[in-house]
Amino acid sequence: MSNCVCGAKKEEKKIQVNVNDVRKLLKKYEEKKGVLVHALQDVQKEFGFLPEEALKVIAEVMDLSLAHVYGVASFYAHFYFTPRGKNIIKVCTGTACHVRGSKVILEGLEEELGIKAGETTDDFEFTLETVSCVGCCALAPVVVVNEEVSREKNSKKIIAILKNKKEENDE
Amino acid sequence: MSKFKSSKELSVLRKKICDERAKQKKTIVRVCNGTGCRASGAQKVVEAFKKEATKQGVDFEIRPTGCQGLCEKGPLVIVEPLDVFYQKVDPFDAAKIIDLTINRGKVIDRLQVVDPVTGELAVKEEEISFYGKQQRVVLRNCGHIDPTNIEDYIAIGGYEALVKILNDMTPEEVIEEVKKSNLRGRGGAGFPTGRKWEGGRRTKSDVKYIVCNGDEGDPGAFMDRSVLEGDPHSVIEGMIIGAYALGNCKEGFIYVRQEYPLAVENLTVAINQARELGLLGENILGSGFDFDLEIKRGAGAFICGESTALMFSIEGKRGMPRTTPPRSVGKGLWDKPTVLNNVETFANIPPIIIKGADWFPSIGTKGSPGTKIFALTGKVKNTGLIEVPMGITIREIVYDIGGGILGDKEFKAVQTGGPSGGCLPKEYLDLPVDFDSLTEVGAMMGSGGLVVMDESNCMVEIARYFLSFTQVESCGKCPPCRIGTYEMLEILNRIVEGKGEEGDIERLESIGKHIQKTALCGLGKSAPNPVLSTIKYFRDEYEAHIRDKYCPAGQCTALGHYQINEEDCLLCGLCKEVCAYDAITEERNRFYIDLSYCQKCGACIGVCPTGCVVRQFERKSTPTGKQEVAT
Ligand SMILES: Cc1cc2nc3c(=O)[nH]c(=O)nc-3n(C[C@H](O)[C@H](O)[C@H](O)COP(=O)(O)O)c2cc1C
Ligand code: SF4
Ligand code: SF4
Ligand code: SF4
Ligand code: FES
Ligand code: FES
Repeated sequence: MSNCVCGAKKEEKKIQVNVNDVRKLLKKYEEKKGVLVHALQDVQKEFGFLPEEALKVIAEVMDLSLAHVYGVASFYAHFYFTPRGKNIIKVCTGTACHVRGSKVILEGLEEELGIKAGETTDDFEFTLETVSCVGCCALAPVVVVNEEVSREKNSKKIIAILKNKKEENDE
Repeated sequence: MSKFKSSKELSVLRKKICDERAKQKKTIVRVCNGTGCRASGAQKVVEAFKKEATKQGVDFEIRPTGCQGLCEKGPLVIVEPLDVFYQKVDPFDAAKIIDLTINRGKVIDRLQVVDPVTGELAVKEEEISFYGKQQRVVLRNCGHIDPTNIEDYIAIGGYEALVKILNDMTPEEVIEEVKKSNLRGRGGAGFPTGRKWEGGRRTKSDVKYIVCNGDEGDPGAFMDRSVLEGDPHSVIEGMIIGAYALGNCKEGFIYVRQEYPLAVENLTVAINQARELGLLGENILGSGFDFDLEIKRGAGAFICGESTALMFSIEGKRGMPRTTPPRSVGKGLWDKPTVLNNVETFANIPPIIIKGADWFPSIGTKGSPGTKIFALTGKVKNTGLIEVPMGITIREIVYDIGGGILGDKEFKAVQTGGPSGGCLPKEYLDLPVDFDSLTEVGAMMGSGGLVVMDESNCMVEIARYFLSFTQVESCGKCPPCRIGTYEMLEILNRIVEGKGEEGDIERLESIGKHIQKTALCGLGKSAPNPVLSTIKYFRDEYEAHIRDKYCPAGQCTALGHYQINEEDCLLCGLCKEVCAYDAITEERNRFYIDLSYCQKCGACIGVCPTGCVVRQFERKSTPTGKQEVAT
């Protein structure tokens, strides 16, 4: 990887938003009703979060006020307004996982990464979050690592696996 | 394949598929590929089977299916026609299974399930007690067919109900049939589906919508996910039938929550395949009836499971509930008449149409006919997805299907209905499970989560947990819910931290009852249920927390006091070092904890090499008599 961001401070992470790219993303929604949430989902998929410039483009293209767009986006838990880490770890705190001890896993990961749930490490490698139920309750407690449900309960191992993967990619 | 121009062509294709399959008589290896088994590596098992099949030159069908129920023991593999049932299959096992089971008909002991009830090895699914009392209506195809192959669904009679209504039934007759079956909505409240459809049909409008609620936000429930993942066509077929019954309904939406990527994937494939065959789109099966479906993805808001909020969310707005009336069947999506039903409700429709309205009430109870899927979780030996006839008792579910409590501990309570439901004590083990009897005792069917708790679960903490969930998910529109749940949570937090006061229980009851009466939507109205039901049945535990700062389950870490057992102490001083509150002092060759400084953080327990720092509980008052339970 060329643009290593190790040690970079959060404020320094700048995402270039190409306005034309956003417009292209929104093309398929022209003339359709009730697609704001979908548009936000698409934009977030592209950038990993919702950059302000992109929100402005959405407002303009869909002929809505920026306040309206922001109002909708901020209502839903899955929209983010700041950049997130490369690896996203979500600890399930749903009922089944809760009664089988998800708290211990969460605390372990918080300690291992030195951040609290909802935060991102300074090097943008990891974001730690909680989620209530991913529908794998029978395997409780579970952790979702980059969209994949894992039964691994050892926080050290979870991080180690991700770090090793990263090294493989770097080579 | 091209579009069917008539229902005849569908029957021809079905016959062709069945004949071909009967002729080939292939061995089928069903590998569960639901989210649960995937988490245990099921996809690699499929790959391994494919590779080994080529290597050993054996011809058989490898069929990835949806959830088979016993997710905890996944990846599950079933070898047909012997129906050998294997658990925890590793990719390395593929070669052995092909060699021994497929080629030579032998069963591999190591991969068999040991039944926790009988203690014996089970060969077939029927021999496992987990499946014994189950009755599969909604999950009839789940785990049997490949959800991404429409031919599998057609082969077992899929879309036959659609053909039946298009050819032989008027919309009124369809509604009459559903009404007669007395099917009640599986989304939680149990509203009669036929009556809802009738309301939608009666409202005059040139545009109507039908919506499937696949939001399933209840933490601890995954039945809708499993149906959408494992048998998407039965939901699609149910929706087409509903649209036909409504009249003037050309568009439908399936709202699926964001956390279910596989459900969205399989559903997308299923919709596309149905469209290719002319089962969705214009002029379905040449009947002149048009209908198409679109998937809408949620964005992480529990409240969007509420029907009016869900419709706002589909419109691309904030998902906040509105007051009713007007009901959605009069004024719903984009102000048009809209019928909204749960995933499981729709999946019940095709069998009702095929087998007739008289068949359905033969299962279940008089007031709640049919079956219900539950997500059985918590402290039972067998966790997983179960479908049982309504009216089954909690005891049968926990002990016969669930195999009893983990570690043979004592059963304490079962929580039904998630954050809107309640906790029932062991006095209710013989309560029949159906919509009305659960509501009567202060619990709720809800979406079907069943969490079993043992003596080590603290009921105050569980109530606090559910309330913290609803408090965060409250949309904030109406004050009783927004402020009331916050107040209740504050009190509960205090209680589990050992700072409870006399009068807290009464305060909780009074606020809870007010919220129930005055909140705008179902979330607020039902949010106090977990608290009120635990106060009703486990008041003693609340009192112990408040009066004695004592947690009978030993779960609340902030209660009890910390003490050093001098005997084993090495005098290493680590505890003193780690204590951030300077509560540990060294005096004449011994360490002791000054309770007036100790914040009960537990750090000292963690560092002590000999484990001599312990948390002591002491019950000061005698427990008051348990609440009398009328049976
Ligand atoms: C806060 C809240 C959350 C709900 N979540 C769901 C849900 O996730 N899935 C569901 O089918 N119904 C849910 N419901 C119930 C729906 O509002 C609605 O009653 C139901 O989907 C109707 O379908 P049915 O008649 O088939 O049961 C929820 C209700 C409330 C108040
Ligand atoms: S009861 Fe709660 S969730 Fe429902 S409208 Fe009021 S604030 Fe919103
Ligand atoms: S529990 Fe915490 S505050 Fe109390 S003595 Fe131990 S380390 Fe100190
Ligand atoms: S850490 Fe344990 S062994 Fe060491 S001084 Fe404290 S109580 Fe004694
Ligand atoms: S509660 Fe964790 S997956 Fe359902
Ligand atoms: S996902 Fe395989 S049994 Fe449930």
